[in-house]
Amino acid sequence: MAQNKILILFAHPLFEKSFVNQALVRHIPKSKNITFHDLYEEYPEFDIDVQREKALLQKHDIIIWHHPLYWYSCPPLLKQWIDMVFEYDWAYGKNGIALQNKLIFQAITTGGKKENYCEAGRDRYSIPELLEPFNQTAKVCNMHYLPPFVIHGTHQMNKSEADNYGKIYADLLLYLKSNELDIKEMNTHFYLNEWFNSKIQTNG
Amino acid sequence: MDNGFFIQAIIYLTSAVVCVPIAKKLGLSSILGYLFAGIVIGPFILGFIGSEGEDIMHFAEFGVVMMLFLIGLELDPYKFWKMRKFILGMGSMQLIGTGVSIFILCQLFLDWNWQTTVVIALALSLSSTAIVLQTLKEKGLSQTSMGRASFSVLLFQDIAVIPILAIIPLMMSGQAIPDDDLKSSLIIDLPGWIQTLIVLAAIIAVYFGGKYIVVPLLHIVAKTRLQELFTASALLLVMAVSYLMQLVGLSPALGAFMAGVVLANSEFRHELEGDIAPFKGLLLGLFFIGVGASINFKLIIDDPAYILIFGAILTAIKFFVLFGIGKFYKKSNDQNLLFSFGLSQAGEFGFVILSFSMQLNILPNILANQMMAIIALSMVSTPFLLLINEKWIDPFFGVKEKVKKPHDIIDENNEVIIAGFGHFGSTIGRLLKANGVNATILDHDSDRVDLLRKMGFKVYYGDATRLELLKAAGAENAKIFIAAIDNPEVNLSVVELLRKHFPHLNILTRARNRVDAYELIDHGVDKIYRETLYTAVHLGVDALAQLGHRKYSATRQGQRFIKYDEAAIRKLAIKRHDKMAYLATVKDELEMQEQLLKNDLNINFSASDHAWDSEHLKKQITE
Repeated sequence: MAQNKILILFAHPLFEKSFVNQALVRHIPKSKNITFHDLYEEYPEFDIDVQREKALLQKHDIIIWHHPLYWYSCPPLLKQWIDMVFEYDWAYGKNGIALQNKLIFQAITTGGKKENYCEAGRDRYSIPELLEPFNQTAKVCNMHYLPPFVIHGTHQMNKSEADNYGKIYADLLLYLKSNELDIKEMNTHFYLNEWFNSKIQTNG
Repeated sequence: MDNGFFIQAIIYLTSAVVCVPIAKKLGLSSILGYLFAGIVIGPFILGFIGSEGEDIMHFAEFGVVMMLFLIGLELDPYKFWKMRKFILGMGSMQLIGTGVSIFILCQLFLDWNWQTTVVIALALSLSSTAIVLQTLKEKGLSQTSMGRASFSVLLFQDIAVIPILAIIPLMMSGQAIPDDDLKSSLIIDLPGWIQTLIVLAAIIAVYFGGKYIVVPLLHIVAKTRLQELFTASALLLVMAVSYLMQLVGLSPALGAFMAGVVLANSEFRHELEGDIAPFKGLLLGLFFIGVGASINFKLIIDDPAYILIFGAILTAIKFFVLFGIGKFYKKSNDQNLLFSFGLSQAGEFGFVILSFSMQLNILPNILANQMMAIIALSMVSTPFLLLINEKWIDPFFGVKEKVKKPHDIIDENNEVIIAGFGHFGSTIGRLLKANGVNATILDHDSDRVDLLRKMGFKVYYGDATRLELLKAAGAENAKIFIAAIDNPEVNLSVVELLRKHFPHLNILTRARNRVDAYELIDHGVDKIYRETLYTAVHLGVDALAQLGHRKYSATRQGQRFIKYDEAAIRKLAIKRHDKMAYLATVKDELEMQEQLLKNDLNINFSASDHAWDSEHLKKQITE
C-alpha cells in the first residue's frame, strides 16, 4: 500500500527542560514520510506563516498535535496555530474541505498520574473529556479525531523510562505510517496506547 | 600675570556670552554672534580692544588650525577617494573660475598692477571653511548633496592654500626687499631645490612620526589614565606640527590637516576629536571676534561706496561661479542656492594671504586693509544671505516648504507627523503607510523632499526646529509626533519646542544611543526608542539561538532584557546627576558600562518566572 504521510506538530515552550519530550522527539524515526515540525522553534515570535502551514497540512495524511498538557490544554502557540491556520472556507465552512478525512490525534505528556484523571481523582475529568475542544475542532474541520497517545507521570519518571516511551512512540509512528488503519476500531479504545498494544500483541 | 590679561579675557568672554545667545535667539548662526561681539568691542564702537586685536588674531588663527586638524581626523581616506572627482572637479572649477573672473574685472576697472591683482584674486576666491562648516553643522546639512559639494570645494581650497602661499613670493619680482624681521621661514635663504627637499622631508616626517612615534606615545599617555594629560598631548601634537610646518614655510593649517589624516586611522581618533573640540570651538569663536574687531570702519567710512560695491560684486561673482558649477553637476535649485550662497564669502585664508603679501610688500597697506574689510564684510553677509535665501528666494525657486494643492482637495490634517525621513524615519513612514496611515513629513533635504512629493507624500521642507514650520505642518491638530531626525541635538531641540508649544502631542522619539536617551529622559520624554537597543538585542537573541538555545526561550530572554534595560536606563539617568559635574566623556561612558554590567550580574533572568517549568512541582512530589 501507499505509505501514510505523518505530520508531527510539536509545541513545547520549554523543550530544553523536558527530558521526557526530548526522549520522544529523539526517537522519531527518520523517514521521508514523517515530518517533524517544531512550532516554538519556527515561530518564536508567534508570527505563524499560515500559507506554509496550510501547504504542510495538505501534504500529509495523519496530523499529530504533540504537546505537554498545561492547565488542561495545549501551550499557547498551538492554540494560536489552530486559530490562524484553520481558516474559514479552507478548513471549515461551506467550501472548507482542505482537511477532509485526514486523521488527527494528540500525543500528550502529563506530569500527574493516570489515576488522577477521573471523576474521583484530583483532576476530576478524564483525558478524552478534557480534550473535547480539540475533538470538536477536528470534527468541524471534517477530520477523523482519534484517541490520544498519552504519557502520564512525567514528574516522577526517570531517564530509562522516558527512553522506553520514546521507543514506543517510534514504533507507533512506524506502524501508523506503514499500515492501513481501521478508524472505527481505533475509536473503540480510550487511549491510542491501548489500541497500539493490542496491535503489537496480535501481530506478535 | 598682569591685570590686563584678565580684563582682556573678561571683555572677550563677556562679549561672546552676551552676543552669541542673542544671535541664537534671533535664529542667526553663532558665527554672526561672535562677529558682532568683535565689532561691538572693537576700536570703532566701544573701543575696548584696539591694536591688541591683531595679536588676538594671531592667537585665534590657531582655531582655524585646530579645525583643519579635526577635518583631517574625520577624513576617511576611502571617502576621500570616492569624492576625488568632486574635490578636484568642483574645487578647481571654483578656484579657477572665481579667480579668473575677479582678475579680469579688476584688471579692466582698477588700475592695479597685475601682481597685486593676482594676489587679491587668489585671496578673495577662497571661501571660509570655518563659517561654512559651522553653518552646515548647525543646520544639519552635512549629509545632503549640498553639504558634500561644499565640503569638496572647501577641502580643495584648504589644500590649494599651500601652493598659493608658495607662489606669492614669486610675485615680488624685485619690487621691494622684504623686511628682515618678517621672515616667515627658517629656510628661505637656502637655494630653491634644498627648500623643496626640506619641505618634502618635513611632510614625510609628519607621516612617519605620526605613525611610529605619536601613536605609541599616545598609548603610553593613555595608560596613565589622566584625561588632562591626554588633552595636553593632543594640543602639543597640533602645536608641534603647526610649528614644524611654519619652520619650513608651509601653512600650519596644512600641517595640522596632515597630522589629522595620519591619526585618522588610529584608535585614538575619537578621543582626540573629543579633546580638541572645545579648544577649537573657543578659538574659532575668538577668531571670529577678532575678525569683527579688525573690520576697519574708518576705511569703510572714508570710501563706503567702494568697499560696499566691491564687496557686493565679489559676492555676486562667487555666487554665480558656484551656481554655474552646481548647474554643471546637475544640482536641484534648492541645493544649488544653498551651496552658492553658503560659499559666497571670502574666508579666513584670505586674511592669511593678504597679511603675508603685505609683509612681502606686494600690497600697499591701505589696499590690504580695504580688502580685509571686504573679506570681513562678506563673512558677515553670509548668514544674512542664507536667511534671505531661506525666507524669500528659495521659496520661489526651489522645493516649496509646502506644495499648494488644487482648491478642490481639502487639505486634510494628518494625525501623525514624522520629522526626519532618513533611514529611520522612512521605515516608520512605510510601515504606517502600509497600514493606511498617512503621515505628514518634515525634512530638510530638498532632493529627498522632491522625491517624496513625487511619490505622493505630504512633505514640508525645512528646519523642524522652526515653530512656524511645525505650525504649518499641523502640529496643533496632530495626535502623534515622531521625532526621527538623524542629528540628536536637532532632535532634542525639536522635542523641547514641541513640549513647550504643543503639550497635547504624543511624542515618540528616536534616540541614537544611551547618551541621547539620558538627555531625553532629562527633558521628561517618555517614549524613547533607542536604535542601538532593539537591533542589538535581536542580534543577541539570534546568537543565542545559533549556540543551540531554543529560539522561543532566547526570544523571551531578549524581551525581558529590553524591559530590564529600559528600566535600568531611567535609574541610571537619575543617578548620573549625583556626580558633581557630569561630562559625557569617554571615561564616563566606560564607567556607565561598568555600572550596567555590574547590575546585570545581580539579575537572574531565568529565575523570574516559572511558566511551563515543572521543577518545583517535581520537588513537591518528592518531598
